[in-house]
Amino acid sequence: MPLLTMREAISQALWEEMERDERVFILGEEVGVWGGTYAVTKGFYDHFGPERVRDTPIAEAVIVGAANGAAMAGLKPVAELMTINFAFLAMDQIVNHSAKLRSMFGGQFTVPVVIRAVGGGGRQLGATHSQTPDVVFAHFPGLKVVAPGTPHDAKGLLKAAIRSEDPVIFVEHATLYHTRGEVPEGEFLESIGTSKVQRRGRDVTLVTYSKMLQLSMQAAEVLAQEHIEVEIVDLRTLRPLDMAPVIDSFKRTNRAVIVEEGWRSFGVGAEVASRIYEEAFDYVDAPIQRVGQKEVPLPYNRTLEQLALPQVEDIVRAVREVC
Amino acid sequence: MAETVSMPKLGFDMAEGTVVRWMKREGEDVKKGEVLVEIETDKATVEVEAQASGVLRKQLVTEGAIVPVGAPIAILGAADEPLELPSMAKSGPPGLPTTPVEAPKAAPGRAAAGGDGREPVRAKASPVARRLAVEHAIDLAGLGGSGPKGRIVKRDVEAAIAARSIPGYEAAPSPLAASAITERANPPLSKLRTTIGKRMQGAKQQIPHFYLTAELDAAPLMALREQANARLPESGKLSVTDLLVKAAALALREIPNLNASFAEGQIVRHNAVNVGVAVAVDDGLLTVVVRDADQKPLRMLGQELQAMIARVREGRARPEEIEGSTFTVSNLGMYDIDHFIAIINPPEAAILAVGSVRDVPVIRGDEIGIGKRLKVTLSADHRVTDGAEAARWLQVLRGFVEDPLALLL
Repeated sequence: MPLLTMREAISQALWEEMERDERVFILGEEVGVWGGTYAVTKGFYDHFGPERVRDTPIAEAVIVGAANGAAMAGLKPVAELMTINFAFLAMDQIVNHSAKLRSMFGGQFTVPVVIRAVGGGGRQLGATHSQTPDVVFAHFPGLKVVAPGTPHDAKGLLKAAIRSEDPVIFVEHATLYHTRGEVPEGEFLESIGTSKVQRRGRDVTLVTYSKMLQLSMQAAEVLAQEHIEVEIVDLRTLRPLDMAPVIDSFKRTNRAVIVEEGWRSFGVGAEVASRIYEEAFDYVDAPIQRVGQKEVPLPYNRTLEQLALPQVEDIVRAVREVC
Repeated sequence: MAETVSMPKLGFDMAEGTVVRWMKREGEDVKKGEVLVEIETDKATVEVEAQASGVLRKQLVTEGAIVPVGAPIAILGAADEPLELPSMAKSGPPGLPTTPVEAPKAAPGRAAAGGDGREPVRAKASPVARRLAVEHAIDLAGLGGSGPKGRIVKRDVEAAIAARSIPGYEAAPSPLAASAITERANPPLSKLRTTIGKRMQGAKQQIPHFYLTAELDAAPLMALREQANARLPESGKLSVTDLLVKAAALALREIPNLNASFAEGQIVRHNAVNVGVAVAVDDGLLTVVVRDADQKPLRMLGQELQAMIARVREGRARPEEIEGSTFTVSNLGMYDIDHFIAIINPPEAAILAVGSVRDVPVIRGDEIGIGKRLKVTLSADHRVTDGAEAARWLQVLRGFVEDPLALLL
């Protein structure tokens, strides 16, 4: 299997879908002539032309609003937000329009829009450009929130997102673009709303997604040397949340640690932990631990930024805590 | 205005108490400060005085009842005022636990069960351990917890199940099993016995003990004691224990790391040196506590100790006299014991076991002479301290015992 970077995998998914279905088009800031801030759409403008790769003004509400309208009119827009932090400027379009139009108008039309947004911290971009607010979007019924942790899943899930009849927030972690992974050649889809076991282990269930999957895999290697075998469940989709592999794993290990890059308060860890307590209380052998970002606006200073973000050692420590 | 009398909290870890004896009958006049009832706690029987004058209108629980801290036990009031009884569960026969259904309205801000909100007696176990225990009929109360903070976790229950399934583990009759010994009726364990059992079992299971024994030259100490006692009245003479408590206290002041507790993953050093002294009582033992033992003159220390020992043997110790020790001295010297090894008294970090002073042949230079020797064994918590430090502590102690004038300074 070819080893692709996450960037290449995402790029392939977009390319293949645009080749397959002419209703698919891209819009966003600098996606066209420039080739994308993260070079995901490099070469698209020359190949597909300005009609299908549209540069927009710096106005996120316009980008998502136009995408919503196009989707309602029968197209398949893929809107790119340069960072997920700018999605807050389009919040009304996302939560009040993308998420609700289908149900508020009795299913007269669907809103098959994909909003690709680049998220995550760790690149010294300051507190306002480094957030991981994935859970904010996962709060709203009507949206699907997908955040892959491997190139394989990024490709399969983005293709599935483009084919979805409902709006999908597709979160790409900025520091994952260069990571490599095996991606099968040719057409394949991954199903949205399914969690996936990325590593088998008998001692503790580690639930995570996106960038933290990579850190969790490293933590698992460290812990394996201490004879603690970690099972890693990658959520991949925050909404709809697939708890089945988590519960199945937890019933065997009786212990869980949930790792997310965002703040712990009201986060993925809180949600997953409550669901475990609700669905598998009689299997709990230790209080469930959560790992997340320190509860501060992320510092700009490199050392402080790294201290505030969850690190491999934090995950290792949390696992030891429950074992 | 009628007043509810509640089960008092007589110790920092008291969750419930037993009403041993009502000293006033219903309808009897009670003056403020008179003894109303005797309460047995885990550690002692305590006389509880009335906080107000009036008539004991109602005893809400029978003698023998075990009542959570803060729950109502009696109502004091005027002879003729109408009473509003706190709603109570039907009292069982004497001796059975009586649990109030509702906390009295009169005591807002106080948790209904146990003044500190803790459940009285519930083994701390994880849900999966609890479920497994039920499925395999394992009694959690009998298990030690290996999880964080002593929690019983799955592996503990699995170990118990595995142990039980080893053939003969449970059923193996001891050679004595068939004899008349088993025929004797087992009296129920007293609260004190139960507490000692729990605490000592917990200590041995959870504290990684290590032990250091030293033989000390007791001649100077015995000589000093003889000289001092020749000048002291009969009732105020110094005991070997008094001197050793003082010596241990001074050694703790010098090496404070042994005057500590291991709690929640960290070492807590105590500012005060409060030395507990193990005292044998009927059916058990208690420690009485000499507070600030390093600072008290020997005579004062001795008198305090003597008074406390007398009170504790009569079952009249005050809670503050049997709580808050930071180190314990256990002296079995009077029982003709060479030396012994004691179990640490949690949450302390160490305990000193003292044997008898013996006349033994000793070598001085090239000669063999008669000397007085005393063996002491320090048991210490390896989470708090290590062999070298504990050995240094014993050296300091040796200094005070073998050159005891320092105890008087």
